[in-house]
Amino acid sequence: MSENKDLIPEDLGSDREKEIGQHIGYRYDVNLVPDYGRLTPFLKKYLEVMNWQDLNWLEDVHMGYEEDRPAVFDRNINGWVTVPKEMELPDNQQDRDMIARELLIKFQMSKRHPMVVLKENYGKF
Amino acid sequence: MATIDNSFDAGLHTEQLGGRTQEIFFSAEEEENFVYPYNAFEVDSSKKTEFDAQNLESSDINLKIRELMKEGFGHIVVKNPSAKHSIAVGILNRLQLDFDGSLGYFGCGLVDGPNIKISGRVGWSFAENMMAGTIIVEKNAGSTFGAAIRGGDLVCKGDVGSRTGIDMKGGTIIVGGRTGTLSGFMMQRGRMIVLGDAGSNLGDSMYDGTIYVGGKIASLGVDAVAGEMTDLEAEWIERKLALYGMKAPNGAENLQKIVAGKQLWNYDNLEPTEKKIVL
Repeated sequence: MSENKDLIPEDLGSDREKEIGQHIGYRYDVNLVPDYGRLTPFLKKYLEVMNWQDLNWLEDVHMGYEEDRPAVFDRNINGWVTVPKEMELPDNQQDRDMIARELLIKFQMSKRHPMVVLKENYGKF
Repeated sequence: MATIDNSFDAGLHTEQLGGRTQEIFFSAEEEENFVYPYNAFEVDSSKKTEFDAQNLESSDINLKIRELMKEGFGHIVVKNPSAKHSIAVGILNRLQLDFDGSLGYFGCGLVDGPNIKISGRVGWSFAENMMAGTIIVEKNAGSTFGAAIRGGDLVCKGDVGSRTGIDMKGGTIIVGGRTGTLSGFMMQRGRMIVLGDAGSNLGDSMYDGTIYVGGKIASLGVDAVAGEMTDLEAEWIERKLALYGMKAPNGAENLQKIVAGKQLWNYDNLEPTEKKIVL
């Protein structure tokens, strides 16, 4: 187990997780509520544009891991999108989550998102 | 800045697991953009319009809303929706949408971004598969309110029917009054806050997520158990309710918290190799 204990939310390492030998990936509880003091400038602008007073659906977005690499789950493609190796990540979960949210929004709104290709090939209207 | 390279360093698991990956990577070069590149429109929130839906069919109302968004209107008021079905579905961009009246079945399904207000009531399966945004219903709602929602805030200030938040996978459902039987059935993630009473079999077969209840609970469903409320949660609930001018009757810290007992989690007893075969 890692020495980076600050990064491990309290509910990780539960008996259940020890029993099954893995982190229960989608079990994020309310104790991981976003620290609004750590919003990135991009996220601040996004909330302003959307006219939301909090992170709304992004409250449920966290930095996770796929194939042992930092990644964010994109519900629109039902798959993980990986953070490139060269991208430096901070050493705390709150800042990582904010970066995850920013990366996800940029990716979903990007013209290279897989949904754009799907729409081009299968869109009816 | 110290960095962490992989999930082992973060202490998230103790053995290597492999699964399917689509090998898609983020790019640091993405442009700043807040509109989906498909089926969405750039609208101006200061540009407001309204129309009367009295003599329009559901599909015509949806087309009219789409047309107005295409013209750049960011605030649309719909008068006399007359409880018609399947209105305001599949809106994928920011928009302030106000309904002056009630909606029928399957209203506001699949929305991803808009802020919607309904001054009346709504029928069955309202906001099904909602993805993001905020929706406020001033009066009562029918059954399967917020079925399978994945994100956003869905608020009903009155009472709702049975199976509220069935199969919900994220987001927050807030009910100002009572909720019916089997609410939170097979809930997988997200939060449900019920300020009044909850019907029988609350949270039946829930996998995960959290339900908070301010009134009486008729009975808990299979594998739904009481959880322990934390200060952080109470603070979060108070903040969330305040966004919609609501308050827990006896304070957020005194809400009953219901979570999954996780006794039905047989799937995770599989060995990683077995899981890979299944997947």
